[in-house]
Amino acid sequence: MHLALDGEQLDKIYDSLKSTLIEIGVETALLLDTAGNVITSVNDGADRHDVYSLAALAAANFSAMRSMAKIAGEEEFSLLFHKGQKENIYLSSVSDDFLLFVIFNNDMTLGLLRLKVAKVIGDLLGILVPDSSQ
Amino acid sequence: MAFINLKEKLIQAKIVYYGPGKCGKTTNLEYIHNKCREQINSKMVTIKTQGDRTLFFDFFPFDIGKIEGYDVKIQLYTVPGQVKYNSTRRLVLKGVDGIVFVADSAEDRRNANVISLKNLQENLALYKKNIFEIPLVMQYNKRDLAKEGVPILDIKTLEKDLNEDLKVPSFEASAVEGDNVVNTLIKAISATMASLEKELK
Repeated sequence: MHLALDGEQLDKIYDSLKSTLIEIGVETALLLDTAGNVITSVNDGADRHDVYSLAALAAANFSAMRSMAKIAGEEEFSLLFHKGQKENIYLSSVSDDFLLFVIFNNDMTLGLLRLKVAKVIGDLLGILVPDSSQ
Repeated sequence: MAFINLKEKLIQAKIVYYGPGKCGKTTNLEYIHNKCREQINSKMVTIKTQGDRTLFFDFFPFDIGKIEGYDVKIQLYTVPGQVKYNSTRRLVLKGVDGIVFVADSAEDRRNANVISLKNLQENLALYKKNIFEIPLVMQYNKRDLAKEGVPILDIKTLEKDLNEDLKVPSFEASAVEGDNVVNTLIKAISATMASLEKELK
């Protein structure tokens, strides 16, 4: 079983990440699968991050968190947020197979980002899992 | 689960180096990372314990060029070999497309090899994958130990213990010296790509 996405799907994913996240000031937005593959990567024009390494680590981090959630008696923790001095990371589950990874700086509020991420996840589900909106 | 980007004609597939603790999985990846710099644009990611043992995985992506018009990027991972890290080992196996099983040739690691292979079979089964069907290459590592007078298992014994039923390609290797490290990887990549091609048809 492999995952194949066509040009139309990938264009829609790119447009959603770009218009909803990059346009409000996110530095890098990355859609990945839970195996650590990069599906789509969008940045603000400065290609400063190694997205393949980030995807491998993000998938591992999320999987580890999911396992911890189960041990703690939760089905899953659906998001992870790491705050740094200048850069912050937000990692959110899109579906069982996909994750959304975002890097942003302190100019953006977490509240706004969460709203925008929720919108993007809705868009992505419609593209990746077409039946999910029904 | 390989990912195929039909727009950019890019395939990403995952090969995992598996085996008992201290068998040389990380050393394999370190050798490849040093030797094949042109095809690797990333630093090697490692998550280690304080004692320099793999805690979660080592990782880097490896560009192998075009196959059937598609650029192919192989994601190389190791797992932690120590028995106690089975939960993280399982996580790394998620979405695996091909495996290199690194066995330790040292005589006193005979049982550890067998236990690790059995563990691989069990962990693959959790993802509904069959060890007899997944692309797999066997590497009998640390053949160089014989030169230092360390007792090593002969190939016949290793084949009988680990490969009698599987009957997969196998290599005698020394990851420290680089012997057959690249050949093992090439075989694993070709087996993985052949399997992928078959599934896509």
